Amino acid sequence: MENISLKINGKNVQAKKGMTIIQAAQQAGITIPNLCHDDRLEPYGACRFCMVEIEKNGRKKLVASCCYPVENGLAVNTKTEKVENIRKMLIELLLAVSPSGSHIELAKEYGIKESRFKLESSPEAPCDLCGLCVRYCTDIKKKNAVCFVGRGVDRTVALVPGASDGCSSCRECFDVCDAGKMVYLVDMLQEISCPPLKSKFYQNL
Amino acid sequence: MRKLQSTSDMEKLRKELLRKQDSSKSCISICSGTGCHAYGSEKVVSAFENELKKQKLEGKVEIKRTGCHGFCEKGPIVVIYPEEICYLQVKIEDVKEIVSRTIKAGRIIDRLLYTDLKTGKVVHESEIPFYKNQTRLIFGNNRKIESKSIEDYIALDGYNALGKALSEMTPKKVLDEIKKANLRGRGGGGFPAGRKWESVCNAPGEPKYVIVNCDEGDPGAYMDRSLMEGNPHSVIEGLIIGAYAIGSHKGYIYVRQEYPLAVENTELAIKQAEEYGLLGKNILNSGFDFTIKIHRGAGAFVSGESSALMSAIEGKVGEPRPKYIHTSEKGLWDKPTCLNNVETWANVPFIINKGADWFKTFGTENSKGTKIFSLVGNVNNTGLVEVPMGITLREIIYNIGGGIPNGKKFKAVQNGGPSGGCIPETQLDLPVDFDELNKVGSMMGSGGMIVMDEDTCMVDIARYFVKFLSQESCGKCTPCREGLRHMLRILDNIADGKAAEEDIKRLEELSEFVKEASLCALGQTAPNPVLSTLKYFRDEYDAHLQGECPVKVCKELIQYYIDPEKCKGCGLCLNKCPTGAISGEKKGVHTIDVGKCIKCGACFEVCNFDAVSKISGKERNLKELTYN
Repeated sequence: MENISLKINGKNVQAKKGMTIIQAAQQAGITIPNLCHDDRLEPYGACRFCMVEIEKNGRKKLVASCCYPVENGLAVNTKTEKVENIRKMLIELLLAVSPSGSHIELAKEYGIKESRFKLESSPEAPCDLCGLCVRYCTDIKKKNAVCFVGRGVDRTVALVPGASDGCSSCRECFDVCDAGKMVYLVDMLQEISCPPLKSKFYQNL
Repeated sequence: MRKLQSTSDMEKLRKELLRKQDSSKSCISICSGTGCHAYGSEKVVSAFENELKKQKLEGKVEIKRTGCHGFCEKGPIVVIYPEEICYLQVKIEDVKEIVSRTIKAGRIIDRLLYTDLKTGKVVHESEIPFYKNQTRLIFGNNRKIESKSIEDYIALDGYNALGKALSEMTPKKVLDEIKKANLRGRGGGGFPAGRKWESVCNAPGEPKYVIVNCDEGDPGAYMDRSLMEGNPHSVIEGLIIGAYAIGSHKGYIYVRQEYPLAVENTELAIKQAEEYGLLGKNILNSGFDFTIKIHRGAGAFVSGESSALMSAIEGKVGEPRPKYIHTSEKGLWDKPTCLNNVETWANVPFIINKGADWFKTFGTENSKGTKIFSLVGNVNNTGLVEVPMGITLREIIYNIGGGIPNGKKFKAVQNGGPSGGCIPETQLDLPVDFDELNKVGSMMGSGGMIVMDEDTCMVDIARYFVKFLSQESCGKCTPCREGLRHMLRILDNIADGKAAEEDIKRLEELSEFVKEASLCALGQTAPNPVLSTLKYFRDEYDAHLQGECPVKVCKELIQYYIDPEKCKGCGLCLNKCPTGAISGEKKGVHTIDVGKCIKCGACFEVCNFDAVSKISGKERNLKELTYN
């Protein structure tokens, strides 16, 4: 496969054609924050934490590094002021809607203790709507048992009645999700009369 | 119906059809577009059918149900040919008189004509200023053909461009002609169609797909709908030509389920084209195969975004995906796909028929041709207008739209759908083209044009559009979902007088963030109504911070007040008030109990003495004092 060379934060990085910026960065030991990226899954581009600034033909542009394919001569900066401001705003917005979501690690890293926005849900609300569980179940397990319902701010993760028969024995989405977030799916699973859960994630809750 | 074997075969058919048309025979053409349909045009059609029978004119006079004429303000529209006498707002009661006086005796009924304030009555449709000041290249045939008749379309040179492309031009030549014409996408982005076609053509991968985007969802916009309903063959012809140029053999027309007539007419049009051999295998003996399938949209605004639309066709939820790899390379089912808007496709037959050089005589340096706008809101002549690019907003609103009703003053015009910007009076002489509108913080969009008069509160407008967009956001990406939620919250607070200066700063900060960080164009453009109103109408925001809605729209900031000097004590408002908030003796001055008032405005509406008024801000405090 064709080799591509690009620059990330001033460092020369080698990558293969077809890789995304985030993959090339990972390979070079550069971490780009993200919530919805998983190498096993198709790029999704939803959480926007992985946005980076690229420079191409002298023009700067903000892109989601989990989706943007590497190109020869591309200059990527993962920590410009613009990018950092976007991440800070994302953290504040998520703190207001899913205070116990997986962004809390990032909140610590960025030193954000509270949001300027009014709390929209209970302090335990865990889901950042990263879609990892939905995509894992749909694309890898091909079960289509976990799905999104609702549009805009009404978007939530739900189990598809009927399709979720095998959920109690599978539970692989629990491992995809960062600890604690699947709590309401657990409730739902119990509602549809599944046997008690033995997952380590459940025990941790 | 016979399968056409060649272009000369089609030419023969056209001559036959024209021979059958007797130009001296009277024809009553009745607009059956959505607007007129809502006014009851179908009942008018039946009334004409009955009346012709009664007056023994059956078979001697033709009746045509045409597509939308555009002058929707004055529907139902009836035009009588060959004289082109145009009657507006025709009711069932008028039908008998039209048949006996106009059809039989050739006399004109003045009362049903358009009245021009300067020149008086106007007899012919094309002389009405609303039409006279337009350039109706694409939309013009709508009123001449029966929307369900392929023969009408063929008689008017329909499918001639297809014949020409297939028999005289190579795909490359077709592509070059579109590139030379510099046709830009009419759906909003304004991306050059020729360049898009070319990249699809050159992209590796088979099969290639072509798609018509008729998922028009902007509030108040209906030009794609009217074109698809009124003249579906023009879009289909453009699509086939495009497919030929690109090398695609399968096309989709994505139509909203909420447009039942568009679905019906498009389905019928596809069937007719198949029967004539204009779709299917070996079209006109050229060796080129092409089929079209209709996909009905399930009603999400975001599905108008190209990648979301393709997901929907694939049977998935209509959600956008990042397009760093363009849909022209990896689109529908990851195959090279060319998606264009209804109006873009409808332009193609004209360019092929008359040539790129002809097309380039319309428009500006970088925006060629015409554009159809749906002119709505506080404007006298509501309807669909087609104008050459480069015309000024003022010309559209005043010369074609007839200005602002009820002697009110113009305040702003919002272009390009819910995520367009609001342009103030100082920018009215701006030429309308893709680039100029972007410069002032608005956009061409798909061509919605909402005119607002002086009674419009710009904070309220920004709030309305942000609310619409937050409801229509798919919720996939965080900035659009959460950012719009809080933008709306701040706008609500401003409209309720509960916001401070720092809230406006936060609103600006959120606007920039949503614009920069969102995944698709819905989020990236959603802050436009906020940013443009903040730019041009900042004083109104400031007034709201001070507790005053200058045009007295925002309910929380107004109060109804009865002027004791003007009140005659008639008791009309007292009787109308649904909450018993008004008290007063007969012939004595009435007052409103602010605590009980729900601000419904019933008293304001009924008062015959202008005694009831809306007050806001400081004025409100003063009046409250005098009450106590």
